[in-house]
Amino acid sequence: MDASALVIENLSYRYDKGAPLALDGLSALIRPGIVTGLVGPDGAGKTTLLRLLTGLLRPTAGSLRVFGLDTRDQAEKLQRLIGYMPQKFGLYEDLSVGQNLRLYADLHDVTGAERQRALARLLAFTGLEPFQDRLAGRLSGGMKQKLGLACALIRKPRLLLLDEPSVGVDPVSRRELWRMVGELVDAETAVIWSTAYLDEAERCREVLLLDGGRLLFSGPPGTLTERVAGRCFQVRGISGDRRRVLARALQQAEVQDGIVQGRDVRIVLRSGQAPPAPEPFAAGAEARLVPVPPRFEDAYVDILGGGPGGVSALAEAMRPLPGEREATVEAAGLSKRFGDFTAVSGIGFSIRRGEIFGLLGPNGAGKSTTFKMLCGLLRPSAGGSRVGGFDLRAAPGKARSHLGYMAQKFSLYGDLSTRQNLEFFAGVYGLAGARRKESVTRMIEIFGLTPHLKASARELPLGFKQRLALACAVMHEPPVLFLDEPTSGVDPLTRREFWTHINGLVERGVTVLVTTHFMDEAEYCDRLGLIYRGRMIACGAPDDLKAQVASAALPDPTLEETFIALLRQWDEGEGAKA
Amino acid sequence: MVNRILALLVKELLANLRDKRGRLVLIVPPLIQLFIFSFAATQEVKNQTLAILNLDHGRPALALERDFMAAATFGAVLHLRRAEEIPEVIDRQQAIAVLWIPADFSRELEGGGTARAGFILDGRKTNAAQIVQGYAQRILEAYRAEWSGRGQAGGVHLEARNWFNPNLDFRWYTVPSLVCILTTVVGLLVTGLSVAREREMGTFEQLLVSPLRPLEILIGKALPALLIAMVEGALIVLIGVTVLGVPLNGSLPLLFAAMAVFLLAIIGVGLFVSSLSMTQQQAVLGAFLFLVPATILSGFASPIENMPHWLQTLSYGNPLRYFMTISRGIFLKDVSAAVVWAQTWPMAIIACVTLTLATWLFKKRME
Amino acid sequence: MNGRSRRMAALIGKEFVQILRDPSSLLIAFVLPVILLFLYGFGVSLDAREIRLGVAVRDAGEEAADLVAAFRASPYFRIEVARDIRPLEAELMAGRLRGLVVIPGDFSRRAGRAGDFAPLQVIADGSETNTANYVQNYAQGVVRDWWNRRLQESGRSFGGPELAPRIWFNPELESRNSLLPGALAIIMAIIGTLLTALVVAREWERGTMEALMATPVAITELLVGKLFPYFVLGMLAMLISVAISVTLFALPFRGSVAALLLSSGAFLLAALGQGLLISSAAKNQFLAAMAALVTGFLPAFLLSGFIFEIASMPPAVRALTHVIPARYLVTNLQTIFLVGDVWSLLLPNVGILLLLAALLFLLTAGKTVKRLR
Repeated sequence: MDASALVIENLSYRYDKGAPLALDGLSALIRPGIVTGLVGPDGAGKTTLLRLLTGLLRPTAGSLRVFGLDTRDQAEKLQRLIGYMPQKFGLYEDLSVGQNLRLYADLHDVTGAERQRALARLLAFTGLEPFQDRLAGRLSGGMKQKLGLACALIRKPRLLLLDEPSVGVDPVSRRELWRMVGELVDAETAVIWSTAYLDEAERCREVLLLDGGRLLFSGPPGTLTERVAGRCFQVRGISGDRRRVLARALQQAEVQDGIVQGRDVRIVLRSGQAPPAPEPFAAGAEARLVPVPPRFEDAYVDILGGGPGGVSALAEAMRPLPGEREATVEAAGLSKRFGDFTAVSGIGFSIRRGEIFGLLGPNGAGKSTTFKMLCGLLRPSAGGSRVGGFDLRAAPGKARSHLGYMAQKFSLYGDLSTRQNLEFFAGVYGLAGARRKESVTRMIEIFGLTPHLKASARELPLGFKQRLALACAVMHEPPVLFLDEPTSGVDPLTRREFWTHINGLVERGVTVLVTTHFMDEAEYCDRLGLIYRGRMIACGAPDDLKAQVASAALPDPTLEETFIALLRQWDEGEGAKA
Repeated sequence: MVNRILALLVKELLANLRDKRGRLVLIVPPLIQLFIFSFAATQEVKNQTLAILNLDHGRPALALERDFMAAATFGAVLHLRRAEEIPEVIDRQQAIAVLWIPADFSRELEGGGTARAGFILDGRKTNAAQIVQGYAQRILEAYRAEWSGRGQAGGVHLEARNWFNPNLDFRWYTVPSLVCILTTVVGLLVTGLSVAREREMGTFEQLLVSPLRPLEILIGKALPALLIAMVEGALIVLIGVTVLGVPLNGSLPLLFAAMAVFLLAIIGVGLFVSSLSMTQQQAVLGAFLFLVPATILSGFASPIENMPHWLQTLSYGNPLRYFMTISRGIFLKDVSAAVVWAQTWPMAIIACVTLTLATWLFKKRME
Repeated sequence: MNGRSRRMAALIGKEFVQILRDPSSLLIAFVLPVILLFLYGFGVSLDAREIRLGVAVRDAGEEAADLVAAFRASPYFRIEVARDIRPLEAELMAGRLRGLVVIPGDFSRRAGRAGDFAPLQVIADGSETNTANYVQNYAQGVVRDWWNRRLQESGRSFGGPELAPRIWFNPELESRNSLLPGALAIIMAIIGTLLTALVVAREWERGTMEALMATPVAITELLVGKLFPYFVLGMLAMLISVAISVTLFALPFRGSVAALLLSSGAFLLAALGQGLLISSAAKNQFLAAMAALVTGFLPAFLLSGFIFEIASMPPAVRALTHVIPARYLVTNLQTIFLVGDVWSLLLPNVGILLLLAALLFLLTAGKTVKRLR
């Protein structure tokens, strides 16, 4: 028996009698000294596996030995060796940063000089030193994540378990987290990092891919990526609408997956297919297919059976919106002060009909505040905004009936069934009688909700929750859609399906405002606004922004690199001014 | 607008009733309370233990002892031998009272003098002590009448009658009061938690972004609570009349009309608490902070007339006070619509105030 | 300090910080007790004074007038006199009068005739059942005293049997003196059961319990970490309430502080055990609140013998009161305040409370293994 690693043998777990297995006959070996990524679609069993590893759940069958300790009966010893960061970070929001850290130090028996050193080291390490007295509840998402990590690291653990630490966290903070964990890993330590971000998984030395409680793959991510070697292409030189090109490409029999990447469209071919001619894509005369290196995400979609296709039944069913290319969402001089603190200052932009506008920015930069002012949840201290020509303060009812809203956490009524949620939102948006019936039935058909009609929204699988949330937001056929981190914590397959719908709707003339931390998602936007320290520091098409920061050292920056470079430039500019 | 409110109403009802656990929580605790309360909440005094120390062996003393032993109030009798035992028996609550017949009782009585028997009561339980003292006086009165019957002293023949509740059955008092208290609890909890729960679940923003106006949201929250609490009230009335045998002499429509006005006042308080609280915990504790004093000042456990004037003035602001009077009046006294109206309009004013305050606070806290 | 006690100290410290930061828990621990005490201390009394009574006099005789004067002089009644009974009946109906005394036309004549019995009717409003009892008792007292005084004045007094009631511990029968100890029990039941059940449920809902459980903390340490702070909070609220009761409301304190601490400490342990048991079963705040209300607060109010006499309840309910911790505390507090240290009564009650507490802790510990499920 290898006491230096984690040995999982034939592990099964079932939450309730009669429920399906959450984990089904899982066997794997996890080595110390590296970061092991844990990926898989929603409901694959990632959280269950982590909980089993902490000893908080007892295996239904099979065994789990961590450094030679059986989690079944040696949980107490085991818990001295692990650092665990659960999904909501496990922080006490009503305690300060320092109090949270000291609490976990005591709980892990970190005392005396060792404790002083550990606290000092972690505070410096996470950059939380200046915020020691701030309540954890008042921290931004990125800072909470760092504090959660610090609490899990207080006694240098031999096994660090991170459950989706990067959900809702901006790219800068995510990079820092990665760096911090990377610094920590030594020959003794095992790290398991569960994530929905596949670029993160790609950086792990080994990956476990779960689906429906079964292990589909384990090994270095590169091994998996090889599956799709030679099948990945970019359609470059597109003239015309790249979203339409994507939709048409996905309809080709050879193409199994595709996404928008700036001005280009990335496609992955089915196994054994020759690259098609670009003509059916109708991407213009200049368009050409260029082979590109495969990514882990391509392989992930491949092993899970390919992408969802390019046709949005939702958009098909929707009447094209009449109207010209006038601005449908306008913001001018939006500012918000909380006491002495200026959260947002002088933000202005306008979004044309049929445009996707993305708001990006680090956590705590004022992005959410701006978003809330735009949909009328917050009263601006100065400035104003209009939706579909209606002022949000003067005619809130009219303005709001023009917009559909989808919040981060899929704000559905968990106690209500799928159908009841649909009927409720139909009613709230004033649909009555035959029209209500008709639109509810249409949504059920489009989103394939029939098998789940009677289930409580709370019990739906995450993918269906998201479909339902989108259905509720669009059933009154709003000309404007506001999406607040709509795919946060959702796996890439569901995210693709979601964007297929959004792209289709935009085709019909719907205007979309979206906030996101996923750079993949940002690539779909026509224009991006980058918000930092309460101001909009950059605004433009993704490729224009990339061009702004391109340099000899970084000739072809990714969007994430662009984002970080823009922030740095602005900091330097401001620093120079001061 | 009607459509939107209707949608909200259906949603609130479903959210409260669709889940089996939610239904249980709304229905079972009030029913348990109804049964336990109606049996337990009695200020009658029965089954008490009396200790008797009879130092006299004369016939009049034995007759007095017999009279006390025969009284229905005293379930058990303890015979003492020495006066030293009295403190022990009282201190340890082995008996609520001690009847102490001194050695010269019969002699004094037969000699035509005043014969005094001592009656020592445990003052820890003031209500019981007071009522037992009343019973003892009545027993002695009867004994005295029998005794003086020979002396032909005459007296007053007092005929005691209790209208509306001839046997002073306490359940007749408790059940109509419970109709008020239990509907208050339900109305307060349903509304008190509703906004806080949506805040915690994140659905509240979804509502605010929809074309619903704040007033519509409030109406959508108030109506279902009214409906649920009314149904609950009807259930309690039904059980009270059929199972617990309490007479319903007055007009049922009048009772429900008054109940609706009362519940609106309570719902206003619930919505106020709900708008104020960020979390469900705060909402529960806030509802509690209203519920406890309101029950105490309702006249249920102790009459309002006994309170000092400032507290009586304060109780005019308590909707429970009026509805208690109405409920007992309709159940037992068959009061007229005019009497009900005299208690209803103050509740209507309170309802206006609480609902307006709730709306104001709700709008203010929307940001 | 070893690891175990350090961990417990850390959990306890954390809980105190949270208590101090949450206005609602402070409100329940310190404001609600003060409100309750003020209500019971100043306002609520079970005994009736100045009961509004209608007197219908159909007799113009001297005796009738004398009896009316006797009613008027009684501190228990505030009377309204009329010749006709009908307006008085209407007042009774509207709830403005609690009882009627009807003095018939031949009252004076028959009262004056030796050996005859003068008829008199006392009608109480039975819809106010407890008050009706008092109306009957007090009216009888007034009539009896009036008659005896007349006998003495006319020299016809012949002595006869008399009852000399004496009320120990509380000679004035101040109901406040028995209600305040009961209010204390309610306050401690709220803090012990409701607040504790809520805060544990909150940790489950917010996911912090999961993080705590994955640390080397043992389950007993977690339990102690919850118990101790709320024990202290409950004792603090109790001491403040006692101080207010004794100084402001002149509640006598005839026992010892030791007996007070012992009784309330034992009770708090049982109440906390109940709160923890609830929260180990109900992991959401709404259910926890309901359960705490139904099993903690209401029994403390209803079945503790504080307002409603346990002996008068039906046998099944009486049997149930034996497992209600508040019952033992109410008895002990009433004794400690009004009687003194009657150890032979107090100690068995403390013993039962500790037994209940031990039972509840055993059940809790059995239910809460360090597992998520």
